[in-house]
Amino acid sequence: MEWDVLIAIFPSVVVDGLVLGFVYAMIALGYTMVYGVLQMINFAHSEIFVTGAFVGAEILLIMQAGGTLGALHPLALLAVIVLVAMLVSAVLAVAVERIAYRPLRGAPRLIPLISAIGVSFFLQDAIRLVESLWRNAFYLTYPVVEFFDLRIAIAGDIDVPIKSILVVVASLLMLVVLTLFVNRTRLGTAIRAVAEDQAAAGLMGINVGRMISLTFLIGGAMGGAAGALFGVQFGTINPYTGFIPGIKAFTAAVLGGIGNVPGAMVGGLVLGMLETLAASYMSLLTGGAFGAEYKDIFAFSVLILILMFRPRGLLGEVVREKL
Amino acid sequence: MALLEVQDLHVYYGHIHALKGISVAVEAGEIVTLIGANGAGKSTTLNAISGLLRPRQGRVLLGGQDLAAYPPHEIVGRGVVQVPEGRRIFGRLTVRENLEMGAFRRTDRAAIEEDLERVFALFPRLRERLQQVAGTLSGGEQQMLAIGRGLMTRPTLLLLDEPSMGLAPVLVEQIFETIRQINAAGTTILLVEQNAFMALEIAHRGYVLQTGEIALAGTARELQANEEVRRAYLGG
Ligand SMILES: Nc1ncnc2c1ncn2[C@@H]1O[C@H](COP(=O)(O)OP(=O)(O)OP(=O)(O)O)[C@@H](O)[C@H]1O
Ligand SMILES: [Mg+2]
Repeated sequence: MEWDVLIAIFPSVVVDGLVLGFVYAMIALGYTMVYGVLQMINFAHSEIFVTGAFVGAEILLIMQAGGTLGALHPLALLAVIVLVAMLVSAVLAVAVERIAYRPLRGAPRLIPLISAIGVSFFLQDAIRLVESLWRNAFYLTYPVVEFFDLRIAIAGDIDVPIKSILVVVASLLMLVVLTLFVNRTRLGTAIRAVAEDQAAAGLMGINVGRMISLTFLIGGAMGGAAGALFGVQFGTINPYTGFIPGIKAFTAAVLGGIGNVPGAMVGGLVLGMLETLAASYMSLLTGGAFGAEYKDIFAFSVLILILMFRPRGLLGEVVREKL
Repeated sequence: MALLEVQDLHVYYGHIHALKGISVAVEAGEIVTLIGANGAGKSTTLNAISGLLRPRQGRVLLGGQDLAAYPPHEIVGRGVVQVPEGRRIFGRLTVRENLEMGAFRRTDRAAIEEDLERVFALFPRLRERLQQVAGTLSGGEQQMLAIGRGLMTRPTLLLLDEPSMGLAPVLVEQIFETIRQINAAGTTILLVEQNAFMALEIAHRGYVLQTGEIALAGTARELQANEEVRRAYLGG
């Protein structure tokens, strides 16, 4: 076996794994926060994510058409598309909750779930419709920004594209800010209080509806950022692109312990890493018997194993409450 | 005009007619107790006052103003806070965070600090355990935290739902003494209790609730002397 090949590609495999892992982690946060507060799986979250990807693409495409793509520093460009994608996805997520979930508060658990699946389909086709009318196409490709593809050496003769580093840095930054927000601020504490006991939170003067909106706002913003970063990293998107990353991010949330914010990050990173390692090494290690296309089978097998031994997820509830 | 006036309140759970037209008044500065057997409708009454339940008929007036239009958090904003049955503290939050959630609507930093000190004066145990996760407190400590958290809203009217439930006799004495102190410091109290004996000891007036209706009302002395009350609630 070509050990030198294995070793030579290892650093870039790790970087790719991190990139994917952080994207999953950011999407997973949306699932996990909403689940934590409402015990509901927001199936429309994958479309909130894709909306972010489309917003990023549109901004870049419009700037390209206007010849202004080079006017901004690439880093500023990235900041603009990520921030606008966050804003649009956040507003969309809040609107979805208001329109499709809030009226169903108090209904049996399956009802909002079905509503969420409906919203998911609706948004996919709404994006398709809008793009078809506007561009006569609904597969979009992110314009090439050369700076993003420049490779820089991280150690010795190992180099990785700048965009990968940017994705990792940007998501790491956002995850840190979010963690501090949830754990250290008054509003973050109120969200955790609502997650635990809505009626008691209301009795303490907390506006429960507003905290639920805030939860969707944050989850949506993270999803939108993930969408734009996903687009920059992988290039081509369509209205149905969200499905697979969505399922995987949801899995990551469960893996980390659904409802648990740090868990979503750990779950996302573990899943992204496993998947990338499998894609890069399975073929080499099995002499070609299992190719990269088996990566999901490998990743999900590990996942099932982990959940068999830790059914509440890696960081799932450990503290038991007294009644 | 009474601080709180509940007028002819009817509350239903589906088809169950839980409150059948009850009227209760609480004057500013009083401790009024609502006693009654399990299922009489005591918690239902408090939840209707707090806006968690919507009455089908009747009114809840605070200082003459109808509370019907307000959601629970705004009723807290108007100075009425409930310490619910079973404590309902936030078990995954720390003691400090629980207390902070009581002060959620407030922005008067200095006054919040003052109130925190006041809570610690009533319950010194809480100060020692500020960083502890609330779910790991003992039952008595949780009750202290629940009351402390409610006080952090700086209420004019405190609704207490069975604060002595599940506590050891020594602690029960202590909790009732604390309630008396809170009242002496200027907070009006509506106290729901199973422990009618203790409740009537500290209350000014009381109401006896029976299957959704007010069966008796009077001063605490009158109720303590009443034959029926003695037989049904005071064990002789
Ligand atoms: N969510 C509910 N759904 C249906 N019925 C309810 C509900 N909550 C209370 N009830 C009924 O309403 C009546 C009054 O209940 P409530 O909780 O007010 O009694 P309580 O006086 O507080 O009793 P306890 O001393 O046991 O706490 C009871 O018959 C109870 O079964
Ligand atoms: Mg009760």
